Amino acid sequence: MLRRYSVHILLILAGGVLTYLAYEELVSLYILSVLMFMGVNVILSASLNLVNGYMGEFSCGHAGFMCVGAYVSSVLGVFLFAKDKVFGAPLLDPSLALYAFPFIILAGGVAAAVAGLLVAIPSYKTRGDYLAIITIAANYIIISIIQNLGIIGGSRGFMGMKSVISSMEDVVDLPWMPIWVFIFTVFTVWVLRRYVSSTFGKGVSAICQDEVAAEIMSVNTNKIKTISFMVSSGLAGVGGGLFAYVIGYVNPGSFNILKSTEVLVMVYLGGMGSLSGSVLSAVLFTVLLEALRPLQIIKWIVIPLLLVILMQFRPEGIMGNKELGDVFPWLKKFYKFK
Amino acid sequence: MTVQPASQTDTAAVLEINGLTQRFGGLTAVHDFNVQLLPGELAGLIGPNGAGKTTVFNLVSGFYQPSEGEIRIGGMPTAGLKPHKVTALGVSRTFQNIRLWNDMSVLDNIRVAQHGTLGYGFFHAIARSRTYLDCEARIEREARELLKIFDLDDYADELPKNLPYGLQRKVEIVRALSEKPKLLLLDEPAAGLNSVDIQELIRLVRWIHDTFDVTIWMIEHHMDVMMELCERIKVIDFGETIAEGTPELIRNHPAVITAYLGDDKI
Repeated sequence: MLRRYSVHILLILAGGVLTYLAYEELVSLYILSVLMFMGVNVILSASLNLVNGYMGEFSCGHAGFMCVGAYVSSVLGVFLFAKDKVFGAPLLDPSLALYAFPFIILAGGVAAAVAGLLVAIPSYKTRGDYLAIITIAANYIIISIIQNLGIIGGSRGFMGMKSVISSMEDVVDLPWMPIWVFIFTVFTVWVLRRYVSSTFGKGVSAICQDEVAAEIMSVNTNKIKTISFMVSSGLAGVGGGLFAYVIGYVNPGSFNILKSTEVLVMVYLGGMGSLSGSVLSAVLFTVLLEALRPLQIIKWIVIPLLLVILMQFRPEGIMGNKELGDVFPWLKKFYKFK
Repeated sequence: MTVQPASQTDTAAVLEINGLTQRFGGLTAVHDFNVQLLPGELAGLIGPNGAGKTTVFNLVSGFYQPSEGEIRIGGMPTAGLKPHKVTALGVSRTFQNIRLWNDMSVLDNIRVAQHGTLGYGFFHAIARSRTYLDCEARIEREARELLKIFDLDDYADELPKNLPYGLQRKVEIVRALSEKPKLLLLDEPAAGLNSVDIQELIRLVRWIHDTFDVTIWMIEHHMDVMMELCERIKVIDFGETIAEGTPELIRNHPAVITAYLGDDKI
């Protein structure tokens, strides 16, 4: 009984505590925003791990898909529920925003998944370094398109999401953004874990380890690649959508190749093919970025230096390709890892 | 135009190759290759290095598309099919250099090989639906049964890379068999094995042939293996068929001896 529901109980408790702390304003807005970025980073690094870790491809255009999700859910949210200079009065009653919000975020995810086809289709014939180049190209294509779309602000960016959030809080007075970020972070890890632990999803690892053998042994490699790229970029879109609402402002410049690199760093820090590693490293990386803030610009010397040291002494990352249950066997008493 | 499977079901060839030619640029790797394998046969394909044996196997398993000629599996032409579709027609194979998924347990190697008959898709996997649970249970049960038949159940949770070479070969053959093929292609199964392992392999292949309803076609360099196992051997050299017949006939065939040892004309 405990074994079966331990994680559910733990998650509900964590979500409850988070909501309570945010509601009673026991933690500062600053800490709250760090926590939310942590969630977004977990979504990004876990979803990228599907492609870079489990499938063994090298995607460095993750921020591009994040950008698609961010813009689609921001524009949709503002168009439907907020007063905007371009779109005019809200299309629907703003009090509905609360119920529509998860669908708005998921719509961003779906749009990003479709954008993922930009990489998925070339991956049938291309792999390795060549596919990496394609992912960079995809990142640039997406950013350039949005930079040149004047109607949604072009390179000036797009805003108005704060009023969607405040109309959510008008309906039920709860700190909605931390709650949504928490729910979608759990959702992401949940989807990925179920995918990669099914026999169907183990086809992804088979492609990584020997693609020829996978294809001959009846794995439809093109289908698996398409699904994996779409899931990965779709979840990045979810992360992007949340990112946009957390900040309340998006601009194409914040989804450039540097952002993609940041996500890559988290994946390699955590360990390829380890979901718990990705979660852990996203948390650590976010904390580290904030902890080293007093160093100001020197931060960007210290963090890469830490990475160099990590790669020297532990190239497989924090967790290697192991999950939490492999590293701490006593955890198995509380949860059935499969 | 729809393609009908051959009407004569019982005696229909499991594999039928007509005028198969494969060119890589200027090199003709296989030229005008013909073969017909009947159900239950255990046939061999030999030839010196670079003769085009593995190319024939790669063509049959759909890895290459032939330049000319036709391959039919159970009467169905395989032209234009991706390898996993060819596998679904009932062809399975092993590789010259073992190609197991090394970072996946032996059990998972067998399970993933069931992708063709999985019975559920992405959304079932995410939702953990009844279909998913039933299919996974069936796959795991069948995989464990198969491992038990081959005395590999003790290694179910081992990683293949940690197993001795002979066992890796065996796991690869079991993985190929788990596809429930009508035709099993073995590409140099004895390569890299010592003489004890080779005797074991001969017993294994014969036992598989007797127990499972499967036609076996194998490539091998160890002549003793071929002589002992195969009813019929085909010899190719530089892509051309140079001899065909029973092991005794092949052993003394002048063209075969020339191909392997060269002739005394200078």
